[in-house]
Amino acid sequence: MTKMRYTKEHEWVRLEGRTATVGISNYAQEQLGDVVFVELPDIGKTLAKGDEAAVVESVKAASEIYSPMSGEVIEVNEALDGDPGKVNSDAEGEAWFLKLKVVDDSEFDDLMDEIEYKEFLEEEQ
Amino acid sequence: MPFAGYEMPVQYPTGIVAEHLHTRAAAGLFDVSHMGQAMVVGRDHESVAKAMERLVPADVAGLEPGQIRYSQLTNPEGGIIDDLMITHPQGEDGRLMLVVNASRKAVDYDWLRQNLGAGVALETIEDRGLVALQGPKAAEVMARHCQPVPELAFMTAAQALFDGIGCIVSRSGYTGEDGFEISVPEVDAVALAEALLAEPEVKAIGLGARDSLRLEAGLCLYGHDIDETTSPVEAGLAWSIGKRRRAEGGFMGAERILGELANGPARKRVGIAPEGRAPAREGAVIQDEDGKTLGVVTSGGFGPSVGAPIAMGYVAAAAAKIDTALDLVVRGKPIPARVAKLPFVAHRYHK
Repeated sequence: MTKMRYTKEHEWVRLEGRTATVGISNYAQEQLGDVVFVELPDIGKTLAKGDEAAVVESVKAASEIYSPMSGEVIEVNEALDGDPGKVNSDAEGEAWFLKLKVVDDSEFDDLMDEIEYKEFLEEEQ
Repeated sequence: MPFAGYEMPVQYPTGIVAEHLHTRAAAGLFDVSHMGQAMVVGRDHESVAKAMERLVPADVAGLEPGQIRYSQLTNPEGGIIDDLMITHPQGEDGRLMLVVNASRKAVDYDWLRQNLGAGVALETIEDRGLVALQGPKAAEVMARHCQPVPELAFMTAAQALFDGIGCIVSRSGYTGEDGFEISVPEVDAVALAEALLAEPEVKAIGLGARDSLRLEAGLCLYGHDIDETTSPVEAGLAWSIGKRRRAEGGFMGAERILGELANGPARKRVGIAPEGRAPAREGAVIQDEDGKTLGVVTSGGFGPSVGAPIAMGYVAAAAAKIDTALDLVVRGKPIPARVAKLPFVAHRYHK
């Protein structure tokens, strides 16, 4: 099973070879409420770790999503165009936002694994 | 909670869509107890109405017992200090009940005290709560607890007993749906709210949905769509200015307001429908297709009943016609939009 890692800003990453898939955590979608629109980056865009990668609009507010790793955007999830609510129903699965071609695996290792993220959430509350 | 974002609402917005849709399908209960309730008190209806009419452009003298009017407290420059509901309570001549916005209570009361004049006093009400029950099922729910609800006409108020609790019920609201606003003694407010929440049709509704409901209904929110610089005419509220008042004037800011009624205002509040699914929020600049600034968005978000983003804002009068093409600057980029008819969702007030 591919491992998931998480950021303190509640993004998740799955790394398979050189491809990193990025989304937001289930906790994040709960906090946001009903998602009505997702603005995704252009294919080919270069993102440094921490750069704004996407914007999620919920009914009440807009929230920036930051790239957990550095890389080039190679694919975005067009299904979110027609069905932004997928972010609420399957944040950590089908509602991935984008895929990056990455170069530095150590950025992945620096992030929290599932257990560390669960503990992080517990501390937050 | 440190989730990175442009803005994080104080109340977590989970469930806004469900609460919003529930209100339009059944009945939503809103706690609006922080709003200001006050009485203007004088010798008789004629004298309190006269005092009030210096401060609002509405026809207050003509209010029948039990009748409610929506109006605005205007300043000498013709801007709006607050919008409010004014009721001539049944069986209580010489008293007017006012309901004002929570955020403007202090300002309003100071203003009223300074300007009502001799022989008329302001009594603020600090021991009553206010709850609103809104939606197509509100009347049938209320009827189980409270007479004379079914016969109450839209924009009228009456003293009533709700499960034996004495309260003042108004057939009015802020959602575009049929509904009631209930002024209840503070000590009984929880019991009244719980009795309503126990009804199967009723759900408690938070402030997030309150905002999306009123925005779909094309209703102004003070501090956003109306403020001390906007006149009632610019704001599209000229319908609330009494016919006699247009002829006679005699209210704060009449010079500008009557001038705008005669010649048209320089800018107008309009409904705005962004194309696509990205919402445009308050503060977004409105441009024409050549990039010239036309105005600004004053309220914006997503309309769950419309299923699309909606907004209101002010544009130069020449650009205010329905279907005028606009650009809205969102995150530095222009997104296409058009002027849309208000309300976005038709009102379903009780007839």
